[in-house]
Amino acid sequence: MPSLPLIAHRRLDAVMAWRGNAPVSVRQFLGEVGYVAGQLPPGRHVLNLCGDRYRFTVALAACIVSGRISLLPSTHTPEMVRQMQRIAPDVFCIVDQGAGVDLPIFRYPESTPPPAADPAIPEIDCAQVVARVFTSGSTGVPLPHVKRWGSLVRNVQAEAERLGIGALHAIVGTVPPQHMYGLESTVLLPLQCGAALHAGRPFYPADICTALSNLPRPRMLVTTPYHLRAVLTDQATLPAVDQLLSATAPLSQDLASEAESRFGAPLYEIYGCTETGQLATRRTTAGAEWQTLPAVHLRREGEVIWAEGGHIDSPTGLADVIELTGDGPVSTTFLLHGRHADLVNIAGKRTSLAYLNHQLNAIPGVQDGVFLLPREDSPGSIGRLTALVVAPGLTPSDLTRALRERIDPVFLPRPLLFVDALPRNATGKLPSQLAQDLLATLQSRGATREPA
Amino acid sequence: MSEANQELQNEVAGLVVSALNLDIKPDEIQADAPLYGEGLGLDSIDILEVALVVSKHFGFQLRADNADNVRIFSSLANLTRHIAANRTK
Repeated sequence: MPSLPLIAHRRLDAVMAWRGNAPVSVRQFLGEVGYVAGQLPPGRHVLNLCGDRYRFTVALAACIVSGRISLLPSTHTPEMVRQMQRIAPDVFCIVDQGAGVDLPIFRYPESTPPPAADPAIPEIDCAQVVARVFTSGSTGVPLPHVKRWGSLVRNVQAEAERLGIGALHAIVGTVPPQHMYGLESTVLLPLQCGAALHAGRPFYPADICTALSNLPRPRMLVTTPYHLRAVLTDQATLPAVDQLLSATAPLSQDLASEAESRFGAPLYEIYGCTETGQLATRRTTAGAEWQTLPAVHLRREGEVIWAEGGHIDSPTGLADVIELTGDGPVSTTFLLHGRHADLVNIAGKRTSLAYLNHQLNAIPGVQDGVFLLPREDSPGSIGRLTALVVAPGLTPSDLTRALRERIDPVFLPRPLLFVDALPRNATGKLPSQLAQDLLATLQSRGATREPA
Repeated sequence: MSEANQELQNEVAGLVVSALNLDIKPDEIQADAPLYGEGLGLDSIDILEVALVVSKHFGFQLRADNADNVRIFSSLANLTRHIAANRTK
């Protein structure tokens, strides 16, 4: 059975992480992985909530070497946690600080015994399922997508090859490791090219710059248009960086060229989806066209675009609006004209309108309700969702409190508008134009938050 | 609270409302209610926006490694006190 090593570092005293300003060696990491793996409770499914990226990585590796499956839902609201428990009743969570969620809790050990002098690097079966990543299903039930070790490793190896990331790099991420982009580019990428990860998750612009400045070069920043805009707006001087990576939302040419010139590094965007993992990159300043990762190609068959080859285990249909730019039905270059219409993406968090609508309508007292996307999406700025709701017995604060239990705060509607009825047609459908017209009427009246 | 701090608090409330396009008037923000979660309902995206505005208007930068970070955003009054203590302009 083919296998691939847990990490690609070649020496036990190589630096695999930076915590604070202190290096962590591969030897220390392997010792901690073995120790944590031996302490875990019996459940086979895990919600890894560690905020420290190094501890997240140790916990992930401990799960992998002990055959456990990490669950990656799109959010950690109480309702989503209950759904994870229904899907995997033996699930427990791993936390390194704070209270965690309403599940059996394993606390990351405060201290671990000194590592063995010569620990072996574990080999992992390529077919082993190491994670289940969930997308928002249309019926309110999250849909699982299986991630196998071999496919995840080949994916980030292709990413490293494309971006030229190697054993000397240190990688800082502003995105959490609990979602695919952060897992791939801030955890698996450094593990599989023998690089070093930064344990923090810097949030404020000043923190991002400090984290970068404290690392040796070459260094890479894995971020989003939203954090990039904040850093460029707020900071007069920026530390030199050797590689910039952005994903989760469209990046404007202007923001990309400013970032490249002020950081002094090439800026790549990466495109992918939960079903396939990462698929393609582009250097934003060089044009709109995307180039698939090495060995991956897209194939048009009628109306459907399939992704296949490389790390993709079986051909996968893509939901986004894609135009192939090569000759013929198979291409390694394409234009992305829009994400799947139902997909909602705010500041790197994803869900679907169908999921949000389901959660809204499941609240006792809500007779009807619908979420609407912001009409204009200017890159780099954050457009919020609007909701139209028929709920005569509820106050806005009742409804917001109930929604907070169910959906991530970034998707909470702003504004939340109470109406007498939604303009549904004879078949019960709500044409989006009619909903937008109703919204425009309400807003022109200035009634942004009518009391119930 | 001193008159100067009350004035600063009104200014901060105005900046928060305009930076975030909130549907309320600045004087509707309760000085001691939480800004995060249940109270005003701000999330981490909002906090970053507020941080940018604070940096621009008051000339100092917020940092997450500041152990007081949770307390700073626990209410308008605490945010105002933090700004009063750290502002450079």
